[in-house]
Order: sequence, then structure tokens, then C-alpha cells
Amino acid sequence: MAQTGHLTAAPAAPNIWAAMPLKRRVMWLRIALLVGIVAVWEAVAASGLLFRDVVPSLLTVGRSLFDIVTKPDYKVTLGGSEIWIPEFYRHLWVTTGEVATAMTIGGLAGLVIGLLLGTNPFLSGAFERFLYYLGPTPKIIFFPIMIMWFGVGPGSKVAMGTISCFFPVVLSAAAGVRQVESVLIRVGRSFRLNSWQMVTKIYLPAMRPSIINGVRLGLGVAVIGTLLAETKLSNQGVGFLIINSYSTFDMPRMYALLMLLFMVAIGANALVGRASRG
Amino acid sequence: MASRAFFMRQVVPILFGIACLLAVVVAIELLIRLGAINRFIVPYPSEIAGSFKRIIVEEDVPARFLLTTGEALAASLMLTVVGISLGALLHRMHLLRLATETWIAAVASAPLVLMYPLFLVIFGRSALTIIMMGFVSALPPVILKTLEGLSTTRVVLINVGRSFKLTPSQLYWKILFPSALPTIFVGVRLGMIFALINIVGVEFLINFGGLGQLVNELAERYDLPGTYAAICFVILVSVVFFIVTERIERWLRPGT
Repeated sequence: MAQTGHLTAAPAAPNIWAAMPLKRRVMWLRIALLVGIVAVWEAVAASGLLFRDVVPSLLTVGRSLFDIVTKPDYKVTLGGSEIWIPEFYRHLWVTTGEVATAMTIGGLAGLVIGLLLGTNPFLSGAFERFLYYLGPTPKIIFFPIMIMWFGVGPGSKVAMGTISCFFPVVLSAAAGVRQVESVLIRVGRSFRLNSWQMVTKIYLPAMRPSIINGVRLGLGVAVIGTLLAETKLSNQGVGFLIINSYSTFDMPRMYALLMLLFMVAIGANALVGRASRG
Repeated sequence: MASRAFFMRQVVPILFGIACLLAVVVAIELLIRLGAINRFIVPYPSEIAGSFKRIIVEEDVPARFLLTTGEALAASLMLTVVGISLGALLHRMHLLRLATETWIAAVASAPLVLMYPLFLVIFGRSALTIIMMGFVSALPPVILKTLEGLSTTRVVLINVGRSFKLTPSQLYWKILFPSALPTIFVGVRLGMIFALINIVGVEFLINFGGLGQLVNELAERYDLPGTYAAICFVILVSVVFFIVTERIERWLRPGT
């Protein structure tokens, strides 16, 4: 006999959110956050709470970004033929060149001195303290000296990048040498390796994580040092483009440039990070 | 015997380092006097040493020092309150943490100080721009270290708290926060150092404020000994700041 008179509760609606796999929930939350940020941005842009154009619509920023990376407004001569490219790439090329030169000089100097300090306790006791304390000083204050020494051209920017990246690399390298397992060093000695072979066959391969970590930190500060120098005194480079947008109050362009710059910097950092894991 | 070994191992290298530094200074002085180094590019070290008193008196260095210190303290205070609060919030809301932790780490690697022209437009050429720049660029490490400190609290401590039937608030203030404090301070210290670096940097770049502006002004006047002396002074301030915060960190983390 069928039971009557009882209201059986309808089966509870499955909680879709709770049942969703964690990864998908994280993805949806990220999307929601991004939508929220865009909505708040657009609301502030449309509200008139701030001076006009201080917070431009993201659409305007997007358009500016598109123009920066696609609008051909600079003539380049390649193999006798003339081609037009967006001027941004010329400036990006200049900054990349300055940062790469700075990383080469500062990174190599940091590596060599780090190896010396790491392998020699006396030298480490004598000089590492100075490097350790000089590391966190604001390097941009050296810019007036760099201008006097290397001029107003790219040389002073390279010098700024070099002194910025030198400290993290040298300290990481020195710490890395001390972390090399003594058994590896003994193996090298038992094979009667000379100093050069010890460095290239034992120390450098064993120090790889420390070196990459130093390069990663060094790259970040070299980019900052070079770009800040460009914003202070330059007529080329991404830093110059940013400060030029400020001078002409072209806010959408400034936002677009900052976004591009952050994307490049974060991408470069992620690449070095991936290299360290690979 | 042990004290002699200590002297040889610890003190002699330090004395050697200082002696080398002094030798370099003397060598530069000699090279300038011999004309090997242009004195209009590198001034005499003796002249730089003599400029300290002049810039301290004429350029009102104490007031500038206080201004920079004040800006750094304001930024540090904001960093501590906002950074720790956000870190605690992310620790409490696991899903939000999973969604945003990599973003914060990415922001930490971005050259945020390059946003100073934007801050100039928003806040004007004022101390607020400098403070906000110091605050924003130093915030990510405080958040990340707070999160790390709270997450690495030993489970046994949390279980002890639960066995005493502590409320979530008591559990946080009596167990989680004290246990995470040393790691949180590492983040706050990193943040304070970043803030000081960026504050002096932005002062220099926008020619406004304390010590950073001093370097810029003296350089623009082509007062070479004064510029070098001001740079030495900024380095001295940074080093003292670094040593003090390092001592506090060691006090909080005796094992390190």
C-alpha cells in the first residue's frame, strides 16, 4: 500500500559549486575577479570622480595598446629596402640591448667575484660584508655619477643596469659555491682537475640553481635600473616612451605601455624560472 | 689559543677589507692629483669628506633625513597593516588564495616602480606619491610572507589550540599569529627595504622630498663633491636601516 499523508522532501538540488572540481572553481573565481576588476575600472572611468583621462576606459587603453604594437610609424632600412614598423619595437630593441649588455657585464662580473668569494673564506670575510650591505641601497642615486662617467647615451643606462644586477648575482654565486657538496669537490681533486676544470666541471654545474636564482633576481633589478635611468634622462627606450606619455598627458598610451612592460617583465621572469626547473 | 684563532679567522679579514677600501680611496686621490683621473669627473676623496659638513649644514640634511624617514615609516606602516591583513585573508579563504597567489607572485616580479608617472598624475608631485609608490611596490612580499608564515604553522600547535576549544579568533591570535610572526617579519623587513629603495629612488626621479632630491639637486648644480657626499650619506642611511632591521629579525628568529 502506498504510503500517503507524508510530504517527502524533494531531493536537494545538487550544489553545483561544491561539486565542481577545485581547478574549475579556481578558474571561475579568477574569471569573476577579472570581470570585477574590469567593472570597477570602467565604473571609475565613467564616474568622473577623478580628473578626466586619469583613469581612461579600458577600451581606449586597448585601442592605444593595439596602435603601439601594430601602427607602422617608423622607417627601417633592411638590406636596401625600406620597411615601416611600429616605433615601439625600436625602443624595445634599445632597452633590450641595454638590459642584455648590463646582464652580460654585471652577471659575468658577479659570477667571477662570487666564485672567488665563495671559494676563499679570507676574501669572503674581507669583502662580502660590503657587498651584502651595499646590495639593498637604492642604485638609482648613482645615476648622476654614471652620467658623468659614461655620458647621457646608452652607456649610462647600461652602467645602471650593470650595478643593479651585479649585487644579486655575486651574493647568489658566493652562497651557491658554499652549498656545493664537499664530496663533489673531493671527487674533482681526486681526478687532479685544475682550477679551470674545477670551475667548469664541478662548481658551475653544481651551482646551477643558485646562479639561475641570482640571474632571475638580477634580471628584475637590471630592468628596473635601466628603465628608471631612461625615464630620468634619455631620448630612446621604453622608459623614455613612458615618461614621454606622461609629459604629453597621453594617459591611455601610458597605461598601455605599462601593461606591455609588465607583461614582458613577468614573461621574462617566468622564462628564467622555467629554465631553472627544466 | 681559541681567541687567537677567532682573531685570525674573523677580525683579520675585516681589517684587511677596511684597509683595502682605504687603499682604494688613497689611490684615487693620488691618481687624481697625478692627472690620471679627471677631477671634473671624480672629485678628490678628501674634498668629498670635507663636503659632508657643508651639505649637512647648508642643505639641511637633518630635515631631509627626517622627511625621507617619515615617508618610509608611513609606507611601512601601511605595508604592515594592509599586507598582513591581506595575507591573513588569503590564508583564511583557501579558494581565493589558490586563485590569486600566482598573480601576487607575478606582480612581485613586475617593475612596479615604473608606475611613478601614473602616480604623479593621480596624486600630484607630493609626498603622497612617494609614500604610495613605496607602499605599492613593497606590498607583494609582505602578503606572500604572511601567507607563508601562517601556512607553515605546525599542526600540533593548532591541534593543541583546538583541544582547548579556542574560538577561531583566539586560535588566530594565540596560536597562528605568534607562530607566524618571525616569517611575517621577514616579509615586513623585505617590504621596508623595498619601500626605502623606491622612496629614495622616486624622490630622486621627481626631484621632490628628502635625501633622493638632495642627490638630484646637487648633481644638477654640478656640485661634484657634494653629490658624492650625498650619495655616501644615502648609502650610510640604507646600511644603518638594513643592519637595524636585520638585528630585529635575528632577535625574532634566534635560530637563523
